[in-house]
Amino acid sequence: MSENPKDAAVTTPAQSAGAQLTKDAGPGDVLLKVTGLQKHFPIRKGLLQRQVGAVRAVDGLDFEVRAGETLGVVGESGCGKSTMGRLITRLLEPTAGTVEFQGKDITHLDAGGMRPMRRDVQMIFQDPYSSLNPRHTVGTIVGAPFRLQGVQPEGGVKKEVQRILSVVGLNPEHYNRYPHEFSGGQRQRIGIARALALNPKLVVADEPVSALDVSIQAQVVNLLDDLQQELGLTYVIIAHDLSVVRHVSDRIAVMYLGKIVELADRESLYKAPMHPYTKALMSAVPIPDPKRRGVKSERILLKGDVPSPISPPSGCRFHTRCWKATEICRTTEPALVELKPGQRVACHHPENFEDQAPQETVLLSAAKEAAELVPEAVLEESAETSAAVAAEVSEPPQEVSDPPEDVSEPPRDTDDK
Amino acid sequence: MSQLAHVRPALLPVRITESPKPHHGCASFHHEVFQLIAKALKTPGRHGPVGPVSEFKTTATAAARGSAIVDPRGVNLTVTAPIETTGAEAGAQPEAVLAGVKKSQIEGRSLSQIAWTRFKRDKVAMAGGVVVVLLVLMAVLSKPIQWVFDLDPNKFNQDLIDPALLAPKGGWGGMSWDHPLGVDPQYGRDMLARIIDGSWVSLLVAGGATLLSVVIGTVLGVVAGYYGGWIDSVISRMMDTFLAFPLLLFAISISASVQDGFFGLDGLPLRICVLIFVIGFFSWPYIGRIVRAQTMTLRKREFIEAATSLGARGPYILFRELLPNLVAPILVYSTLIIPTNILFEAALSFLGVGIAPPQASWGGMLSNAVDLYTADPQYMFVPGLAIFITVLAFNLLGDGLRDALDPRSK
Repeated sequence: MSENPKDAAVTTPAQSAGAQLTKDAGPGDVLLKVTGLQKHFPIRKGLLQRQVGAVRAVDGLDFEVRAGETLGVVGESGCGKSTMGRLITRLLEPTAGTVEFQGKDITHLDAGGMRPMRRDVQMIFQDPYSSLNPRHTVGTIVGAPFRLQGVQPEGGVKKEVQRILSVVGLNPEHYNRYPHEFSGGQRQRIGIARALALNPKLVVADEPVSALDVSIQAQVVNLLDDLQQELGLTYVIIAHDLSVVRHVSDRIAVMYLGKIVELADRESLYKAPMHPYTKALMSAVPIPDPKRRGVKSERILLKGDVPSPISPPSGCRFHTRCWKATEICRTTEPALVELKPGQRVACHHPENFEDQAPQETVLLSAAKEAAELVPEAVLEESAETSAAVAAEVSEPPQEVSDPPEDVSEPPRDTDDK
Repeated sequence: MSQLAHVRPALLPVRITESPKPHHGCASFHHEVFQLIAKALKTPGRHGPVGPVSEFKTTATAAARGSAIVDPRGVNLTVTAPIETTGAEAGAQPEAVLAGVKKSQIEGRSLSQIAWTRFKRDKVAMAGGVVVVLLVLMAVLSKPIQWVFDLDPNKFNQDLIDPALLAPKGGWGGMSWDHPLGVDPQYGRDMLARIIDGSWVSLLVAGGATLLSVVIGTVLGVVAGYYGGWIDSVISRMMDTFLAFPLLLFAISISASVQDGFFGLDGLPLRICVLIFVIGFFSWPYIGRIVRAQTMTLRKREFIEAATSLGARGPYILFRELLPNLVAPILVYSTLIIPTNILFEAALSFLGVGIAPPQASWGGMLSNAVDLYTADPQYMFVPGLAIFITVLAFNLLGDGLRDALDPRSK
């Protein structure tokens, strides 16, 4: 081990040199671009291990992450968030699609080819109790990136590790301690320190706070926030806690059954969610206001369970639980299109916006059942806003009701299928 | 107070008059508290909290630590990161407050240190451990001991043997001050010397065989458990095959068929090597299965993924990340199969395919005793007791180790 400070004599400014060698993405440039990303886990059965099906954990994702921003990814358990995170850090091999990092296709790089990229793409893990090797000291854990990547920081590994520990708010003197001597929040800081050791450009945080106590969650979230400002990091934060996501994200992607249903700026998403699923999710966020205790909440209850990703529903995957679903939702999959600047939605009948398939008016029977669980006020409000938007849009041009970005199919198309 | 402030301002209680307007849940609330305190402490907080303490009212143990850091890309930055905030955490590590006073206290206690303190409390296991240590010392030093005390395991004392019965003269197998454990029948060799001389053979064979099986079993078990797939299938079927062998028959036939000059060895070294090979090579699947199962549970842990995401290669993950976590079960299992191997060596010697005479071995002595038990029943007793004590000591040690290393198994 080269943690001895004496080794510092042979330092090479590997990090600063490495940073200059690769083309640095300026703020706002696309750092990570994902196109049509898929991951299907095969289900094998029988003596010959024949493939009888596949769990479509991630089934066609398109998004990009710009340098310096934070992309929040939310969705129910099992919707493929974590798989997505492991695909873009290439801990899993994608079934289809491409992942480009700084313009370089890393989709099918082998372990050796990935190794230099690992310096720039790091991951923070969900469970601080299993993400740290119980037999290694903090110094070994946080120093591992240097050893594995052959980086010799200025002043030696030990000094650098202690510096990073102080950056994440740990006592540098705890260098020789073991993970079991730390609390959950401290352990997560160790995990963050390890991820930041090589000064990465992109940090994928897979539910970084969901295993932590609520009071500790705030610390860790704020630490991530501070570090982003000071080190210019780009985050992809995967979470199911909408308050956390709201606090940290610049843009938010909402996933449902392996697909992104809505991708929007934080403000737009929280102010006027367009996808019914997003709206339902938002309504489930508790509002910590004791004065509202008596007020009837407008929570939208979704009917039934999430369908199985082994055989996802046809058309729009949400149509089995959506209160607005019509025939077109069952037959045609809506594309993720930019309806408003900075707000992409995959829905035929979006909320807070003009209906994309206005000719479809007959609700599916499942939708009628689902609508019974939705408070009247919500339905009324959604009808009002949709009508208002529709009026606004249709008035000036008069002849075309579709917004220019819309690439939706001709209305009659679907009935033939 | 000033001493404490110097040591760790982070842990000192800070009071705040007006709680900031709470909005959007506690996340931002906490954030603002930190900002406030950070401001109040005027980072770097080394001399900070003394002034502001009296001005604040609401109790909030919170902290802010400022530390100038240098971005490896060459930019000077100042990070204000909140340190652990809850009182519970501060209480959980009181030594941190004193850390500045005594630096050695900050050293972490590793899991093995904790296991050792736990082991020390277990008196039975400690007794077993002491006996094992003494046995190993006896085995290692058997030749010097024989030389110092002038013991010769192969010296005949025909004068002590009753020629009619072939049994030692006198009671209790011919015990006397000259021969504390008596002499063996037929030849009158000193039993104490033979027990001491046999100990190194027994322990060497048992230890060597255990080492061999642990090495093979660990390597193949880790590889099977980590890589899975067809590699796992091949290795697992191999284990099944080895376990299906009629071990005793196989051991007898191999031991009997190996002739002098094999591998350039002959005599005693060859017999020992053959025994180590036979016992070790056929018992590795037991440890292999345990290691494989443990590896499979560890493989799914996130620290393995973390190592992968840092660009670690297979060998690094196997031997630096996984193996340290397998030390406990391997150690425990090793101490528990050493006695089995001692018994197996004794059995092979008993059956006449182990250590050849005149070298003393515990199993060989037992084997001789069977022929002569009518004339000298005590002869069976001494090597039997030696095996018994050794096996018992190793078993007690192994049990104690398991309890110490894995408290959940209790």
